[in-house]
Amino acid sequence: MLKNIFEIAGTALTAQTIRMNTTASNLANAGSVSPTEEEAFRAKRPVFRALVDQADLNAGFNVLGGVKVKEVVDSSDPVRKVHDPGNPEANEEGFVFLSNVNEVTEMVEMVAASRSFQNNVEVVTTARQLMMRTLDITKA
Amino acid sequence: MKLLENPFGIHEKALAVRNQRMELISANIANADTPLFRAKDIDFKKVLANTNPSPMAATNSRHFDTGEVENMNGIVYRTPYNSSVDGNTVEINVEQAKYGEAATQYQATLQFLESRIAGIRKSLRGD
Repeated sequence: MLKNIFEIAGTALTAQTIRMNTTASNLANAGSVSPTEEEAFRAKRPVFRALVDQADLNAGFNVLGGVKVKEVVDSSDPVRKVHDPGNPEANEEGFVFLSNVNEVTEMVEMVAASRSFQNNVEVVTTARQLMMRTLDITKA
Repeated sequence: MKLLENPFGIHEKALAVRNQRMELISANIANADTPLFRAKDIDFKKVLANTNPSPMAATNSRHFDTGEVENMNGIVYRTPYNSSVDGNTVEINVEQAKYGEAATQYQATLQFLESRIAGIRKSLRGD
C-alpha cells in the first residue's frame, strides 16, 4: 500500500530530526567547560539502524523498511585541556576541560541531516500525489 | 465474458508490484545514512515471469494446480557505482532517479486501469 511509504519516510524524518537535535545540542555546548575530564561535554552522535525484523514491529513500528535511532553515543575524541586560572570552573592546578565538539563537523552533519530530511519530504510529496490519483480512479 | 471475468487483466497485479517497488526505494532513501544498509530493488521482469496471468484450471482431481503466482519475490540488491566506507550501498541520486521512474510507471499502470474502467462503463451504458 502507498500508505507504507508515508510510514517509511516518516521514520526517516524522525531519525533525521533527532540527528539535527543532537547537532544543535553539540553546537550549543561547544563552549561548555568543566573542572574534570570526566565531566567535560562530549559530542553526541545518533546511530541509525534499519527496521528489518519482527522485534522492530513489536517495538511499535508499523512497517519494516524504515530507519530508527538505535542509540546516541558520545564521541571518543579527546577533550581539550586549557590553562585558565581565572575561570570559576578551574581546578586546583588552574585547568578547565572544554568539550570535544568540532564545530566544522557539526555544521557538515547539520547540512547532511537537512538534505536527507528534504529527500524524504520529497518522497512523501510524490507518494501523496500518486495516492490522490489512485483515489481518482473511481471517477474514470 | 472475458471482459467482466478479469476486467483489469495484468494491470491489477502490475500495480501491486509497482507499489512494492516504490516502497522498497522509499526504504532505500530512508536508510541513506544507515551504516551497512544494502539498497534493494525489484527486478520487474523476474516478477512478471513468475506471474501467470491466466492459470490453467484444475478440472479433475488428478490435475495438478498450476498455481497463480508462484513467487512474487524478485527482490535484488543494487550494485553501487561508488561504494562508501560505512558499507552503505544507497546512492541518493540513483535512488531519486529510480523513485521518479517508479512513480511514472505507477502512473502509467494507473492510466491503463482508468482506461479499462472507462471502457467497461461505456460498454455497460451502451450508448
